[in-house]
Amino acid sequence: MTSADKQLSPLFPHRHLLGIEGLSPSDITALLDLADTYVEQNRQVDKKGSVLRGRTQINLFFEASTRTQSSFELAGKRLGADVMNMSVSSSSVKKGETLIDTAVTLNAMHPDLIIIRHQNSGAVELLSQKVSCSVINAGDGAHEHPTQALLDALTIRRRKGKLQGLLVAICGDILHSRVARSNILLLNAMGARVRVVGPPTLMPSGIERLGVEVFHDMKKGLEGVDIVMMLRLQLERMTGSYVPSQREYFHFYGLDYAKLAHAKPDALVMHPGPMNRGVEIDSAVADDIDRSLIREQVEMGVAVRMAVLDALSRNLPNELPLAGGRA
Amino acid sequence: MSRTAFINARLIDPASGFEERGNLLVENGIIADLGPALFNDGLPDGAEVVDCNGRVLAPGLIDCRVFTGEPGAEHRETLALASKAAAAGGVTTMIVMPNTNPVIDDVALVDFIERRARDTGVVHVHTMAALTKGLEGREMTEFGLLLEAGAVGFTDGVKAVANAQVMRRALSYAGHLGALIVQHAEEPTLATGVMNESELAGRLGLAGIPAIAETIMIERDLRLLETTGGRYHVAQVSCEASVEIIRKAKTRGLPVTCGVSAAHLQLNENDVQSYRTFFKLSPPLRAEQDRRALVAGLADGTIDVIVSSHDPRDPDVKRRPFAEADFGAIGLETLLPAALALVHNGDLPLGRMLAALTCLPSDLLGLGRGRLVTGLPADLVLIDTEVPWRLEAANLKSISKNTPFEDRLFQGRAIRTMVGGRTVYVQGEER
Repeated sequence: MTSADKQLSPLFPHRHLLGIEGLSPSDITALLDLADTYVEQNRQVDKKGSVLRGRTQINLFFEASTRTQSSFELAGKRLGADVMNMSVSSSSVKKGETLIDTAVTLNAMHPDLIIIRHQNSGAVELLSQKVSCSVINAGDGAHEHPTQALLDALTIRRRKGKLQGLLVAICGDILHSRVARSNILLLNAMGARVRVVGPPTLMPSGIERLGVEVFHDMKKGLEGVDIVMMLRLQLERMTGSYVPSQREYFHFYGLDYAKLAHAKPDALVMHPGPMNRGVEIDSAVADDIDRSLIREQVEMGVAVRMAVLDALSRNLPNELPLAGGRA
Repeated sequence: MSRTAFINARLIDPASGFEERGNLLVENGIIADLGPALFNDGLPDGAEVVDCNGRVLAPGLIDCRVFTGEPGAEHRETLALASKAAAAGGVTTMIVMPNTNPVIDDVALVDFIERRARDTGVVHVHTMAALTKGLEGREMTEFGLLLEAGAVGFTDGVKAVANAQVMRRALSYAGHLGALIVQHAEEPTLATGVMNESELAGRLGLAGIPAIAETIMIERDLRLLETTGGRYHVAQVSCEASVEIIRKAKTRGLPVTCGVSAAHLQLNENDVQSYRTFFKLSPPLRAEQDRRALVAGLADGTIDVIVSSHDPRDPDVKRRPFAEADFGAIGLETLLPAALALVHNGDLPLGRMLAALTCLPSDLLGLGRGRLVTGLPADLVLIDTEVPWRLEAANLKSISKNTPFEDRLFQGRAIRTMVGGRTVYVQGEER
């Protein structure tokens, strides 16, 4: 631990990636540049690298996930790490072993990188204090999902050539969305302008003080934007608790061509997935190869996660610590 | 005959505003005499002499809101240990809440607490009994019989009485008995979050508890109080709007009082920043503006009493992600130091601060204590108002170490505590 603290790589001087908060624009740019190189590598026949050879990566998911977990798994494997997937159902944790016990147990197996997703905000930060390896937040409650924001930024940058000065609308369930929070922080840091669009019941209080413009009318919110970023709305939140019904939600906040027409003619559409087709996004829009970046986002996801793993691994100790040194 | 002579003390009686350099004599557990001229003819025979060196000698503190783990959760804290923590904090009387297992909603259980406290504790312990049976918010408890058994008030502790009809009848029925009804003012359907609802909660991705959860409940209860009579006390106010509501109600002459916790007077929501669960309190820590309004409310008398809201929680329920962790923090040993910080900041005169911890809670609960008056039981605290020190959790008496003040620097503390003429705590000397 101490040797890792001593020399942090100037490329990305952090031991963990817990959120976008705390990253500088140059940290973000460094990760995106590195990710660009991995995009090329992933398109080759031989996709295998060796930066993480000998390293052990654990994917610890307390919340079910298909794409994020497989994306991290593939990213680790392509860099040569040994990857172990652990899905811990939240019920078994509730029953007995505390989160911290789980972390301490895993830490004793000397992993180098742990990727954690947890349903509670702050849980990943809590775990990072209890382990001696690098921790990557793969989503904690409604707090942050930094690799999603990075992959979104990479996708945008590759298509638009820049982030600075773009107008981005994030639409839907802002209140419960870690994707929204990480994206707001990242896009603001990189000089884009951010709008949030959704019904008042799905907006956190004080959201405007995060440096965003708030719109409840989607057509107005999409006026002149370069990027429309849709968020997933959990179905159980659409039956009267936050919004009256799916039908009403789609009518006012579902993205279809009629609403998209208010955005710039070359505006692009994004969604972190998994999509509720016909609820927050019309199928035709989602599948429109000229407008939708959704497939590309998945591709960028692997590259960004390789970049993050690579960058953090440069700050891991290289020599074996003395016996017991990592306990 | 046992005698203790306190000499060279700065005697402060917050109730009368009396403050003078002088001496005080305790005889057989009673304050026998006090004043500047006392002992001019020499010290009494056989008296233990305590030289106060000019430090403050005040009535022992009365803490109206203490949770313990006894009965049912003794691993968190027993009455005996809580009373030791109280003594170390200068608290000579603590009022324990009914949120135990079983719930204190029956005469026999009040009796159990009083006996356990008498047999194992070192400070006075009184019970605030449950307001509704099983804390379920449906049927009122036997107010009259419980009062006769020694209960000093009625509350559902950390649970709000949400049902307006139940509250209305409780106020109405308690009125003719003169019983105090204490509300945890929080509309449960609005208070589903885990911290103050604010920009910070939005950034941290934590569900918020809006201030209106508190104000709606207080406003509702005050409307009921207008028609029912009775005595109504808000256990803890946490926000500016509540202070304003109670200030106006008092002006209108309504029989309402309220308390504030020492933590809420010292801390604000920014302390939650790093997801530290020791700052997860109910009501939640609010914005700095709210904290300042609480201090102002205390200074102008809108807020009557300061409480510790001492609530021991073990690591199993605290070392968790913020949303999963229990609410609550210990506070008996930091009650006085945290309150003294307000005095040092110039927010509050020392006398006013001490009143909120002595005579005012005594009057609220009808204890007939909290004063430096001849003939009263000798519940006293000797306070060094100046000594700087750092709070180390390991040095706390409580088994549960969930203090929000860990590693904080304080100025001033209790250095000697006497309960009924018996010295129960001397700083640096364990008894």
